[in-house]
Amino acid sequence: MNLKDYKNVWIFAQVQRGKLSLTAYELLTAGRKLADELGEKLCAVLLGSQVKNHAQDLIEHGADIVYVCEDPALENYMDDTYARVLADLVAQYKPNKFLIPATNMGRSLSAKTAVLVGTGLTADATDVTINPADGQLHATRPTFGGNLMATITCAKTRPEMCSLRPMAYEKAAANPGRKGEIIITKVDVKKYVSPLAQFVEFIQSKEGGIDLSEAEVIVAGGRGVGKKEGFKLLEKLAARLGGAVAASRGPVDSGWIDYRYQVGLTGRTVKPKLYIACGISGQIQHMAGMSGANVIVAINKDPDAPMMKAAHFAVEGDLYDVIPAMLDALH
Amino acid sequence: MLHIVSCVKQTPKSDNVKIDPATGCLVRSGTESAMNPFDEFALEEAVTLKEQVGGKVSVITMGPPQAEAVLRDSIARGADEVFQLGDRAFAGSDTWSTSYALSKGIEKISSLQKVDLIICGKQTNDSDTGHIGPQISAWLKIPNAAFVKKVVRVNEKSIVVERLTEDGSEIVELQFPCVLSVVKEINKPRVRSVKGRMLAKRAPVTVWTADDVQADKTMLGINNCPTRVVKSFVPKREVNATVVEGQNGKEKAAKLVELLKENNYI
Repeated sequence: MNLKDYKNVWIFAQVQRGKLSLTAYELLTAGRKLADELGEKLCAVLLGSQVKNHAQDLIEHGADIVYVCEDPALENYMDDTYARVLADLVAQYKPNKFLIPATNMGRSLSAKTAVLVGTGLTADATDVTINPADGQLHATRPTFGGNLMATITCAKTRPEMCSLRPMAYEKAAANPGRKGEIIITKVDVKKYVSPLAQFVEFIQSKEGGIDLSEAEVIVAGGRGVGKKEGFKLLEKLAARLGGAVAASRGPVDSGWIDYRYQVGLTGRTVKPKLYIACGISGQIQHMAGMSGANVIVAINKDPDAPMMKAAHFAVEGDLYDVIPAMLDALH
Repeated sequence: MLHIVSCVKQTPKSDNVKIDPATGCLVRSGTESAMNPFDEFALEEAVTLKEQVGGKVSVITMGPPQAEAVLRDSIARGADEVFQLGDRAFAGSDTWSTSYALSKGIEKISSLQKVDLIICGKQTNDSDTGHIGPQISAWLKIPNAAFVKKVVRVNEKSIVVERLTEDGSEIVELQFPCVLSVVKEINKPRVRSVKGRMLAKRAPVTVWTADDVQADKTMLGINNCPTRVVKSFVPKREVNATVVEGQNGKEKAAKLVELLKENNYI
């Protein structure tokens, strides 16, 4: 592997069910900075059955080149097909750095692709920089549930791959009319379709609403919510603030709310602008999933709860008094 | 009859991880180790499937001699045979090298009795990568699914699973052999049985070196794996909590909304 053959910063622009993931704009922010520091181009990769329509949007958000690979076989995400197609593109175009969102799709896709390509991968980074001395990617990520940060490099192989935690970077702003190049790639997708894996169907989340990983405001409930119905009140506040509802482990284990809403070490990691923790004591396992929030509000009867110390704004009180009063004040 | 391999790792218990603020290193002394909590769901699912359709559960781990403890624990939780990849050559491997080593170990297990299904936890509680399941499937050139929350149905040839996505879930069908990474929603791990605990004490643990599983040593260990940790540090958390004042919940709520608006947080 001649490292000098590898040029440009790539981002994987995730499309699911025709919708471009907002993580693409975050990756463009992170990637733009890397590309500028290296004096290289920022390129986005689109895989799907009909995805070319997103190319100009990516250019207007900072991409110089968009590689488009369209095929009916890419309609739904299948690990094998996507990873092999991506590995083919990497072999053809030889990118220097490659950022993939640390979404459910991206976590599996990046891992599989890294092995097929034969390169190193850093998982779930929250900060990526170029080391000026050697141009290497320094990817920093939380480990041990956020108790320790580690900076990871990949010196001997290219591309240096990294999955980037959703919400770790601001979304790139649009620059309407910005010009870029759209390249329709030549990949024989058919030969990468695995006959051993079939997509059966997609089941839409019943609740609908805003996805946790993309929510800028999260109203989360803990054991202090006390009952299943209590989450209705949290939902009202979330809806009023244009946000989403989440929970710590207690309510999930008690069956008050689905596991998909669990934030923390055994659940999901979120990084909203505002996190309102209602009746959440603030165990370290929960903090691991939300301590990256820009602003944390704690509402708790217990002034000594760890969450009350970790929060930017601490409200001592019963959430059943405070939240209805907040809804009134927001009117 | 299914032969299921569950991959487990011995990690520090997540509720007592301590980091030395001066060195940024993990304080190992006095830190209790246990099976990675996410692997408990993987093993439980393997044992449940064995009970449903018949077969055998083998468990593999890579780690230092003391990692034998998680293998004995696996027996107590219903596993039939356990294997340890124990060799200095594996030490310090990143996920790329670890998944390679595990894939070689699984190939060796499969040479003894053909493996149908490999089940991993979603991630570990110490490295949090989630790479191992998908990467094992890449090395073995077999299909995989990650974030699996439910096994919909299973037969001798294939398995249908439901996996979590950000906008809902997807049903996929994978032919054996294949790899699943499972989330905690998939089951509730059982309590270790008395019989299991007894079996665990005297169960044989097979230990293999890199040579035993025909792993290429130039792809293993801290000096050969593609990534390297160049720095670690304790994140700074500078929070000065503003206590929102007021006579009652109502006043405090009004004050909080005012503060949030003032700072453009809402």
